This record gives sequence, structure tokens and C-alpha cells, in this order.
Amino acid sequence: MSHHIDLEDIRSEFPALHQLVYNKPLVYLDNAATTQKPTSVIKRMFQYYEQENSNIHRGVHHLSQQATEAFEAARAYVANLIHAQYAHEVIFTRGATEAINLVASSLGELLLQTNDSVLVTAMEHHSNFVPWQQLCKRKNAHLLTLPFSREGELDLEEYAALLAKNPKIVAFTHISNTLGTINPIREMIGMAHEKGIPVLIDGAQSIAHKAVDVQDLDCDFFVFSAHKAYGPMGAGVLYGKQKWLDQMPPYQYGGEMVDKVSISQTSFNVLPFKFEAGTPDVAAVLGMETALRFISDVGYDWIGNHEHQLVDYATTELSQIADIRFFGQSAHKASVVSFLVGQIHPFDLGTLLDKMGVAVRTGHHCAQPVMDFYGIHGTVRASFALYNTIEEVDVFVSAVKKAVRMLS
Amino acid sequence: MTTAEIQQQIIDEFSAFDDWMDKYNLLIEMGKDTPVIDAQYKTNNHLISGCQSRVWLHASFTDNKVFFTADSDAIITKGIVNLLIRVLSGQSPDTILAADMGFLDQIGLKEHLSPTRSNGLLSMIKQMKMYAQVFKLKMA
Repeated sequence: MSHHIDLEDIRSEFPALHQLVYNKPLVYLDNAATTQKPTSVIKRMFQYYEQENSNIHRGVHHLSQQATEAFEAARAYVANLIHAQYAHEVIFTRGATEAINLVASSLGELLLQTNDSVLVTAMEHHSNFVPWQQLCKRKNAHLLTLPFSREGELDLEEYAALLAKNPKIVAFTHISNTLGTINPIREMIGMAHEKGIPVLIDGAQSIAHKAVDVQDLDCDFFVFSAHKAYGPMGAGVLYGKQKWLDQMPPYQYGGEMVDKVSISQTSFNVLPFKFEAGTPDVAAVLGMETALRFISDVGYDWIGNHEHQLVDYATTELSQIADIRFFGQSAHKASVVSFLVGQIHPFDLGTLLDKMGVAVRTGHHCAQPVMDFYGIHGTVRASFALYNTIEEVDVFVSAVKKAVRMLS
Repeated sequence: MTTAEIQQQIIDEFSAFDDWMDKYNLLIEMGKDTPVIDAQYKTNNHLISGCQSRVWLHASFTDNKVFFTADSDAIITKGIVNLLIRVLSGQSPDTILAADMGFLDQIGLKEHLSPTRSNGLLSMIKQMKMYAQVFKLKMA
């Protein structure tokens, strides 16, 4: 896209960015946890409750039909954005975590037998680790874990060796929330498919930063949450290939997912409704559509370039600090910088940064196996979004320097 | 000194500073000289849950008074722990159980008292009171 983007215009669309924290301008660098929301998203949800609220897929009345159309239009938009072949391959969930739990439970039921295995990586968020671990426990199956290097990269030779053990399902993240590594997912999907193994991609950290084409990637499942992509909390997407979704048993029961019910048995609705039990968060789904349109309007090319500049600049500037250690130094990195300075505890650093108006995440980032690998208890993580500025990086870096002086 | 007197003393020390940086510098200094816990008690048994930083707390009972020692791997947490120990260590179980730790608010550390903070300050106070309760029962 060749249109001109003005960063100040973008920032003006995010009301939450324009506030003081302890009398200092907020510098929000916790975007990998959740992003702020543009006015268009907030207004869209407000408008739904003000004018369109009605239960979907049921009523013959005007409002219900209007809400149903808006909801299904959101599905079509998401399908189009991620290049799904069919709109009914897009299942709305509460978020990426629920989507993964759905697949682990339902596909796990379909494919996994005693002594089978599931392959994940050691850099997964707990949400793409624990559902598989618990599935394996229930099924007396084995969880295989692909390790990563000191730099934070997966080794494709080791991956091939683990695939040789014939896992029934492979699941891994597109982008690591802790290390920032962008994994070579297309190649990894291809390698699994050579052995006929279905692959789930955790796109929670990628949908706000990188264009996704599920047909080009050929992944079997792709999940993400709206709230990490400028949308509301409480909505997310499970994309699944029709051939899998058709075979998989329902995950939850009741409401729209039911076709016919008698006292003795129930038949289930077609896709996508089979996996959407109960009344969904319609406002959140509409807010998610608005958020994804916002991303699309700015453009993934612009976002990628801008965030790359921010990460490069932050890394270069932070590198001047004595005894700083970065976690995740892959050549292919998204907008995350994870670090520690000397013996300083991340909680201390985070507390002082907070007092200076800088919001970062400290701790294990819901990826304890990653912390175990490095033998640490946590890191400080700054994660960038399309609205962050070079000036904010300057404020952040000088705040880190000041905090380090105080704690040394 | 009573716990109220010690709390007032701490409030006076902190009130010398207006700037948050000076207050935190003082807290960091206090974190450097916490009565460090005996190495044998720095085990998972003495770890307080709910803390992003690790906090170990030990209590002993002598002459009807409770004595606390503690340590943390984070220095600000250690500074806060030190304040708690200054107020509560060497007091009777009843005094500890009745103690109101409102001084933390007055010295500008209110945000650390929020139950949503993962520094576990509230768990720490709760644990100290729990020890006092146990010793009180032993006395009876």
C-alpha cells in the first residue's frame, strides 16, 4: 500500500494512550499482553448495544436478522483477511486459548490413542502447551517437546527427528511471545504434512504484525485473539480446514450448535455452528472485525516496517547498558525485546519503570519452560505496537538506565 | 516501642522526601540491610506464594514474642519486607494480630498493597499474622 501514514493520526485514534501515569505520560510497551483499542472499535461495540442488540440466528424479527447479518459478515471478513477457503472454516471463540483447548479436546478425541504422541515446542505460551500436556495425560499419550537454541531458534533437524516418531498432532507458535522469534512455519507445516500430520499454529502474537494466508501456509488450524490485535477482550478465532472440522466431535453442547433434539438423542448443526455453543459475544466479534479492518487500512507492510524500526532502535540503544542480556536474538524477530540487566530482579526494574510511566511486563510471560531453559525466573519484556514511537523508545531506554542506576 | 510508634517513625523517615525516586532509593537502601534469613530456612517451605519475586519468611517464638527474619531475590520487595519486620518483629502475637499496616499507604507505597499486585505483600502480612496465630495457640 502506498498511502501516507501519519503516526500522530494513528495515535489520536487511541484514547487510552493519552493519559498520565504518576504524572508522567504513559508509554505503553505491554502490547504482547494486550493492545490498546482504537475509537472505531469502542464505538462499534457501543453502537451494537445501543441500536442492534438482539440474539442472533433465532428471531424472525428485524433486529435479530440485522445482528445475524452483521455477525456473519464479520465471519466473512475474517475468512477473507486470512484467506480461508470457506467462511464456515472460521469459528468464533472467546480467544486463542479457548480455540486451542477446543482443538486439543476435539481433535485429540478424534486422533489420539494410548501411547500416541503430540509434538509442541519448548517456546510455547502456556495456552499452547498445557492443553496438549493435559490431553496427553488423559489419553496416556506422550508430549514431545522441540527445544530451541540459546538465540531462541527452533532446530529443523531436531524437528525432523521428532516428526519421525509419528506424532498425531503438531502445534507451535507463529511468533514467540517471550523471545519474539518468528518461526519458519511454512517449512515446518510442509515437513509435518509430508508425514500426513495436522498442524495447529498459535497466531496470538502474529495477527497484529504479519499478514496471514492460511491456504498459502497450508496450516490445518490457525488461532488468534482479538485483544492482542486492537480488538476487544472476549473474542477470538479458530480457523480450521473443513475436512478436519467436519470430522471433529463438538466441544461444547447447547444453543445454536444443535440441529434436532429428542429425549433420547441430538443431532448437531453444520459448520461453523457445530462449534459455537451458546450465545456468542456478538459485540466483541463486531469489534474484532472493526479492529482487523483498522489493521488492514494501516497495512501490514507499514506495520512491519515501523515495528521493525522500533525493535532495532530499542535493541541498539539498550545494548549500551553494561551487563544487559537479551533473551531471543533470532535473525527473524517480531516486536518483542526480552532482557535482564546484571543481577537486577525483573520485578524491581518493572516497578521503577512503572513509576516513570513506562508499562512493561515482568515475570515468566506464561512461558515457564522458556525461563527454565535459560535458568532464570523471569525477564523484563517490552513489546511494541503500530502506535509506538521512537521518542517513546527513548523515554523507555532512559528510564531503564535510571532504574539500573538506582538498583546498582 | 509500640507498633504505632514504629510506624510513625517510618512515616517520618519517608516524609523527608517528596520525590518518588528518593522514596524508592530509601526503600532500596533498606532492602540492602534486611535481617537475612538463616540459609537453612531459605527453602520452598518458607516461600510465600503469590509473589512475582521470591520471598522467604521465618518466624521464631521467644519470651512470648514473635521474631521474623526474611529474604527476597528482589531488592524493592526486600525493602518492603524489612519495613514489615521492623514493625512486627519482637511483638506479642496479640499485637501482631491486631496491627494495622496503614503506614504503607501513608509513605506512598499504596499500590503495593493492591491484591492485584503480584508482589505478594498482602500474602506476606497474612503469613506473618498466621505465624502469630499459631504461636498464640501454642501459648494457651
